[in-house]
Amino acid sequence: MPSLGPDMVSGTLVQWRVKPGDVVKHGDVIALVETTKGVIDVEVFRDATVEKLLVEPGSAVPVGAVLAELSGTAAAATTPAVLAGQPPVGTAPPVPVPPAGKAVRISPAARAKAQALGINPASLTGTGPQGAITLDDVDRQPLPVRSAAPAPGVRDVIASSMSRSKREIPHYYLSMTCDLTAMQAWLERHNATAAIDDRMLPGALFVAAVARAARAVPGFNGTYGEQGFTPAAGIHVGMAIAARGGRLVAPALLDADRKPATTLMRELRDLTARVRAGHVRGSELSQATITVTSLGEEGVDVVMPIIHPPQVAIVGFGSVVVRPWVIDGAVKPASVVTVSLAGDHRVTDGRAGARFLGAIRDALAAPEQG
Amino acid sequence: MNDADLEAKVLELFLQVAPDVDAALLDRQVPFRDQFDFDSMDTLNFAVTLHRTFAVEIPETDYRHLASLAQSVRYIREQLAAVPHGGTP
Repeated sequence: MPSLGPDMVSGTLVQWRVKPGDVVKHGDVIALVETTKGVIDVEVFRDATVEKLLVEPGSAVPVGAVLAELSGTAAAATTPAVLAGQPPVGTAPPVPVPPAGKAVRISPAARAKAQALGINPASLTGTGPQGAITLDDVDRQPLPVRSAAPAPGVRDVIASSMSRSKREIPHYYLSMTCDLTAMQAWLERHNATAAIDDRMLPGALFVAAVARAARAVPGFNGTYGEQGFTPAAGIHVGMAIAARGGRLVAPALLDADRKPATTLMRELRDLTARVRAGHVRGSELSQATITVTSLGEEGVDVVMPIIHPPQVAIVGFGSVVVRPWVIDGAVKPASVVTVSLAGDHRVTDGRAGARFLGAIRDALAAPEQG
Repeated sequence: MNDADLEAKVLELFLQVAPDVDAALLDRQVPFRDQFDFDSMDTLNFAVTLHRTFAVEIPETDYRHLASLAQSVRYIREQLAAVPHGGTP
């Protein structure tokens, strides 16, 4: 059972997607596991053959427990391999990009029924027109078995992680209000001509700016453990995304500093859609090396965020608002946003934090370079 | 496509974008944003899905016409009427 977060103690196996004898490739989804973060796709991290499934669907098992035995890779043909745990932060991940627009075909009635019963439509086989899932298909599906011992509630998980953060991490907070005139103009120009699939939202440019700043100013991208601060090899920006129902996850946009903002936007859209559907990959939840949170649509001026351990920094974005702003000695209306940083004082000081925020401001002012 | 079919299809597409919404609780007249946490990313995903399904162009400035189920159905109907070869699924 992989750990999908520092506070996960157990998970419930919902469904196997493979059976003994199946040949699996690195990155294949082999099981669905229910956690307090929702139902998560569990991937396999090597090419292998499934030998034996050790856990029955419906069982709640602790993190680290062996779920299945694999064997038959070219490298280790004789030793059964154990599938457990997660890849270390920074390893090459499978590329989690499902084909865009390949949604489950399901009738509204069937979808409503599946939802009421807690069945994931993606796990059903459709017998309707063009493979669409019908009400009958839902009715035929055995109900997901809930574990006798309920997993800790969503609130408990957030409480535990945030309490640990406030207990262990000496936070310092800085904020900077940044002029977004250039960014807004760029967005407007881009979106007026771009195909609907390529249209951008400010969030993608925020992620791009934070990633570029994290590359330019060291000390904000990585993890803090017993050995102190370890900078991460790649810049994987976790984006806090709330799902209806109180779940809050921060899946990672991998190597965000090396991708154009249009690519980040596509990935962000895909991630948001999958968070809503409860289809985030486990690896995506454990790979972030820095986090971005945006409450811009809620009318908030400044976010004072709490670092997600074991990371060492989180950047908050408030609302984009039009305010009187002094430009070249004259007061003019300008779009601005207040960017805030919570930094880990064990790793960096306020001066480094100020440079980091300055680098974000500069990146926001030059969106065309993202 | 008659109005009831069109609305059923638009609702289906909405639920693809927001699968965690309980369809039974949806009020077709009330903006999605006032009923659920429905943000700009959801709106964009909804617009993309409508565009792909009905083959109508939806400029960014028209997103405000997609605020509720009733508004979205009206908007798509008007767009389909305006495009003589507008595709239907």
